[in-house]
Order: sequence, then C-alpha cells, then structure tokens
Amino acid sequence: MQVNENKEFEPVIVAFCCNWCSYAGADLSGTNRLNYPTNVKIIRVPCSCRVNPMFILRAFQRGADGVIICGCHPGDCHYTSGNYYARRRITLLYSMLDYLGIERNRTRLEWVSAAEGAKFAETMQKFTADVKKLGPNRRLEDLRCRKQ
Amino acid sequence: MQEAMIKRAKELLADGSVNRVIGWKRGEFVYDVTPAVFDSAEELDADFVYDDFTAANVSKYLIKETKKEGKILAFLKPCDTYSFNQLIKEHRIVRENVYVIGIPGGPKLDAEKIKAKGITGILGAKNDNGTLRIETLYGEETMPYYEAVSVKCESCKSKKHMVYDELMGEEGDILQSNRFDMVEKLENMTAQERYDFWREQLSKCIRCNACRNVCPACSCEKCIFDNPDSGFENKAAVDSFEENMFHIIRAFHVAGRCTDCGECSRVCPQNIPLHLLNRKFIKDINSLYGEYQAGEDTTSRAPLTNYTTDDCEPSIVHERGVE
Amino acid sequence: MLKISKSKLNELFDAVSAKQALYLPVDRNDGAAEYKKYESGMTMSSALNTVRSAKDFFFPQTENLVDFKMEGKNIEVIDVREESEDFVIFGVRACDARSFTILDKVFLAEPVDSYYKNRRDHGTVVTMACTRPAETCFCKTFGIDPTVPEGDAACFDDGENIFFLANNDKGQAFIDSIASLLEEGDAAKLCEVQEKARAIMEKLPLAKLSTENFGGDKLTEYFNSEKWADLSEACLGCGTCTFVCPTCQCYDIKDFNTGHGIKRFRCWDSCMYSDFTKMAHGNPRLTQLERFRQRFMHKLVYFPANNNGEFGCVGCGRCLSKCPISMNIVKVMKALEVK
Repeated sequence: MQVNENKEFEPVIVAFCCNWCSYAGADLSGTNRLNYPTNVKIIRVPCSCRVNPMFILRAFQRGADGVIICGCHPGDCHYTSGNYYARRRITLLYSMLDYLGIERNRTRLEWVSAAEGAKFAETMQKFTADVKKLGPNRRLEDLRCRKQ
Repeated sequence: MQEAMIKRAKELLADGSVNRVIGWKRGEFVYDVTPAVFDSAEELDADFVYDDFTAANVSKYLIKETKKEGKILAFLKPCDTYSFNQLIKEHRIVRENVYVIGIPGGPKLDAEKIKAKGITGILGAKNDNGTLRIETLYGEETMPYYEAVSVKCESCKSKKHMVYDELMGEEGDILQSNRFDMVEKLENMTAQERYDFWREQLSKCIRCNACRNVCPACSCEKCIFDNPDSGFENKAAVDSFEENMFHIIRAFHVAGRCTDCGECSRVCPQNIPLHLLNRKFIKDINSLYGEYQAGEDTTSRAPLTNYTTDDCEPSIVHERGVE
Repeated sequence: MLKISKSKLNELFDAVSAKQALYLPVDRNDGAAEYKKYESGMTMSSALNTVRSAKDFFFPQTENLVDFKMEGKNIEVIDVREESEDFVIFGVRACDARSFTILDKVFLAEPVDSYYKNRRDHGTVVTMACTRPAETCFCKTFGIDPTVPEGDAACFDDGENIFFLANNDKGQAFIDSIASLLEEGDAAKLCEVQEKARAIMEKLPLAKLSTENFGGDKLTEYFNSEKWADLSEACLGCGTCTFVCPTCQCYDIKDFNTGHGIKRFRCWDSCMYSDFTKMAHGNPRLTQLERFRQRFMHKLVYFPANNNGEFGCVGCGRCLSKCPISMNIVKVMKALEVK
C-alpha cells in the first residue's frame, strides 16, 4: 500500500501478463498514449499458465493489495492450451481465497489480446478503482513486509 | 473379522503368494494401533489387529513397499482403495507387487473424541447397542457410540471397494453422504464470518506437518516447503499469512487428487477441520467441471490436468455464494 | 497452608492479571485445552493437560533474533530484543514443570541463550498438582511426582479449595502478592485426594516402565539394535512428536527478506525432518530409520549421558495421543530395552 500527495490510500496492484498477448496489449496502450494507473506493476510471464498460486500469495505477502492475471483469449494461447489450464487453476484458487474470507474484488483474471490496448488500460483503471474502494490488504498481509 | 484376516494372511504367506503383510499392530492401549508390516505368521498371531480403532489408511506406505522384492498383501478399507487407485494412476505404486484384500470399512472410532468428553484413564471400549461402554481407571463411563466416531467416518461416501483382488465381507454401496454440508454452510456465511472462522482454526496450526505426511496425495519426495531451492521453504508459520499460505497451497496441490479419505483431519493434533478445505475444492470441481471422484478408477484425467474449451470463467467466483 | 475457595478463583486471576500478564489453560470449543492470556470471565480448564506444552512461553515456536538493514554497502544491525514483562503461567502440570529443568540445562548452560534467559527470568511458574492421571501418563518413570509438582509455587486441588505452597523466593513473592485473597486452610481432605491419586498412579498401565536399563552405558548396543527397523517403519517423519513434546528443543535459524530489510529469526525444527541439521553435503541422516533412532537415542541415551542421568523425557504422554500413527517413546523403550 502507498499513499499519494493527498495522503490517500493508493493500492499496489500486481499484474501477471502473458508475454504474447496481454503484455503486448499493455505495450499498445502505452504507444497509443492511453493512461492506466501507475499503481499497476506488471510482471511478464511466458504464459498465463506459468502463474503458480504461490506467486499470487507471494504478491499479497509482499504488499500487493490486488492481483490481476492477464492472458490470451481462450483458443488463442500462444502455447495452444496454456490458458485453458490457467483458467481452471485460477478459478479454483480464487474460489479458495473467497472461501477463506479474502475479499473477492482483490483478485481478477482478464483476457487481453495484443490488439486490445484500450481494453488493457480500461481493465487496469477499473481494477485499481475497485481495489482502492476495498482499502489496504489486511487479511492476506504479512506484517513483517509492511513498510514502517 | 480379525481372525479371518489373520487366517487368510497366514495362508497367503504360507503358499508364497505374498512375502509380507501390511496391516495394523496392537499398541499399549485399546486405541493406539500402528500401521505395520508383518513378515511371518508368528508376528501376525502376536500383534495383528483389526477393530474399531484401525482408522489409519495404509495405502501411502505401499509407495515404499512396492519398490521392494516380492509381493505384499494389503488389507484396504473402502476409503483406502480410493487412495490406492489414485496412487496407481500417478504411477507411485507398482500394482503387480500388491495383493489387495478388500475389508469392511468403518465407522472407526477416535480416542480423542472420547477424551474430549473428559473421559480419561481409558482401558477398554466396547459398543453396546449404540452406547459405547468405556472401561477406565475411574470406573465405567458411557457415551453415545456415534459421538466417538472419527470425523472422517461421520460423512462416509462409500462402502464399495474400488479395487481388490479378493473381498472379505459383504460388498457395500456408494453412499449419499452429507459431506458437503459444512462447506455449504461456510459458503453461505459472509466473507468476514468466513475469515474469522478460518483465522480461529488456522491460528491453532503448529506446522507439525502431520496432515501433509499422512496424506496419500502428498507424496512428493521433496515438498516445496522443505526445499530451500524452491524459494518457498517454510518450517514454521511466523504470522497469519504463513498459516494461511501453507494450508491454501497444500489443499491446492492435492486438488483433484484428494480422495477425501479424511486422514488429514484425523491426525491433526489441534483438531483443525482440514477436510473442509479439501472438500471445498472437490465441491467446486464437481459443480464447475463435472462430478469427479479421485481414485474411482486408474485412467481418468485429474480435473486440473484437463480442460474443455467452454469451461467457466474465474469471474464465476464473483457471481456465486455470499459476499 | 494458604488456600482459596475454587468459586473465588476468578477473583484471584483478576487480581494477578491486573499487575502482570497471566496465562492459564482454557478449554477450546473443539474439546482440547490451550494456554491463553487471561481475560476477565475466562474459566480455567480442568483438562489434564494442554495440547501445546508450556515450553512455548520460554522457547516460542518463532522468535525474532536480530534485524538487518542494508543501505548501499552498509549493513545496520538492529537489536530487536524487547525487555520482557513479568508474567505468570498458572496451572502448569508436574511434567511440563520438570521440562523447564531440562530446557534450562540446554539454554542456560554456557553460552547462555539470552532470549530464553530473558523469558525465564520474567516468568513465574505456578504449577497445579494432578488428581486424575490418564492412561498415557508415565511421569513417575522419570522420578516426577504429579501430586507434588515443582515450579516456583505449587497449587493443590482438594475439590473445593486450591491450596498454595511456595517452592522458592519467586513463588513466595507470588503468594505474597495475592495473600489478601487467601486464608489458612485445613489440608486433611487434600491428603486424601493425594493418596487417591497416588493409588491410581500405581494402577496405571505404564506404571512399571523403568529407565534403569537406559542411559549412556549401553550406547553402542542400543545404537546398533536391530529393533530400529521395525520401530521406524511406520514413522511419517512429520515432526508432531517434537512439536508437542515439552522437552524437545531443536531449532533452526532463518533469514526472511521483508523487502526492506532482513529479519533473522529462529523457529522450531525437528530431527524427524529430511532437511534437519543440514551440513555442507546435506542431512547426514539419509533415511527415516536414522532420524527416528536419533530422536530416541537423544532422549534415552545421549542426554542422560551428558546431563548426569537426567532423561530427555518427562512422561507427559502427548506423543502417545498425538502421533498420527501411534508410535511413541513407550513403545520404543519396551521394544528396545536390553536388560
């Protein structure tokens, strides 16, 4: 969590973006000068399937307030079927986090293609706003990692 | 049944079909049976036991045992056969090296439940028509039999063996169990209530790893939590995050492979209802990807190593249940 | 002896906790007991013992040792030791009380463990004599009398009243601090209760268990015994026994990167683990047999050899109830014993 000049809470968002589609989509939103919030920290992975549940937990541990995973649209995975496995895995993981009482809006998965620069920017804006409303992550926080 | 099992085991040892038997060994008290391998008829006569307290699932030991020379005889209860099948599917057990005899299942009793009633000095326990008569150092105590039944047997899902070379006793049926009731109850609580519930339960965790080490699905030779090279090595939970982390990840690693044998909850020294985590995954898989029971057979693909092109989106989590 | 009526026990707890932190065994809703910090209204558990032993207070499962902060090439070392406050642990059983003597031999020997010593100095141990031993008890085997526990002060329950006895200055100071709530009492009924408990001790299934054939003398014989293979066969290597045991004391030291510094902490470790005592090449005990053997050799042979015959077990019986596959030190002793 961070605070801006107005001492308002600014969420830290970690976005796992697959190299072939969503990362390129992020690049496109940049070249098109479409703004998305600086809260978002992108971590490039070869495929959405590379995302291990432990990465998501680690992100929350290290101070993220929201985690979003972006990948290629189902059927368009660069590695053919990676995002299908990711879809099942992430659904089950998010369901488990919800079951443990972690706020639903802290996690999301969005399919963003390399041509969808606008969609990437909009998704990030909306997600950041949703997480901002929830406040800082307290339920999946590791107190040791909280900046003093 | 115990005598019949010993007799059959001795026959198979004598005729050379098997060279050892895995079962349960009598302990100091009526309830502390230990899984053990018997090599001879004498050992069987002296120590083999099969009774209300033989709840332990012996299938995990077969991973090591079937790597040895010769064939081993395994007595498997219905729930144990699911774990056995699942391990066969994952190529951990060598099927040819086991002779499986299916034996009747539970309900099995849990001594901790008897002790939780304040009953102590336990010397013996017998079922008398629904009342458990417990002989103690302080006189006879009684309690309803069903209250001493192990958590895992309370919602038994099957009295039918999924695999056997020979069957002793009657063949049972797959049951309509109420095993998802508590999961549903939790799903219908608010997020805050769920968070409080799990915080209360998981804060008791001492990271003893009994749940992980007894679980037949947790059979990794080097668990990520024991491996400094994994980056996730963790011996003790320093705070609430690490308490949550271990259990979320362990439940996730066995998701789709967990047969719901209930051993994890049975062995937890702090009585944490771990089966509720695993059953949540099973319930989700059943409702989202089709009914699936791990260990029912040895050929079907586990749900997490499978997909269909029209699986639901993760946003379904936002649409279901209570916020 | 000074006593207080059991019905007034909460007044005593309120008085003690007003001046310092008070911990006592409390029932949980899953049927087990655990030590909790006293808050007004809590009732002390009547369970024989808690799941987690009292060693937690002096040797917690995780403990911060030191922090580091890096700035460029400078490393700042930050001492995070906090001055502990005084606290009282109430209701400790004789077995757990003896375990402190054993842990003291490890942590208070040179070089003294300052973290342990800090807690030990600030803690007052008030024990509670047992009246209803369980079948899993065998403290007598190790020379412990559950009806007369050690500790700074000891309490005795005769059914209606709790009697107090000071065993040392610290205990006397504790009793003095609550003296206004106590009154002189007749210990006649108490003697009856103690006799009854002692009679039950004689009838316990494990009453005849003896340590006479254990100790440092037969080290090689026990080490090379063929019984280890059968005994360790079912062992899952989980570590439950080591964590519920009041005398197990092994720990690991780890560094945690918080993102803005390093926290060096220690945490309980278990000789049952495959990554225990890792040397340059790995854990020298490659199989579970060797690890299993290590634990019991330590408790029954090495520790007494190094500590004037004091065994590394107090007979609390927790490993008998909590081991997932019901292996325990009693089974080991009985199988292994060389007369």
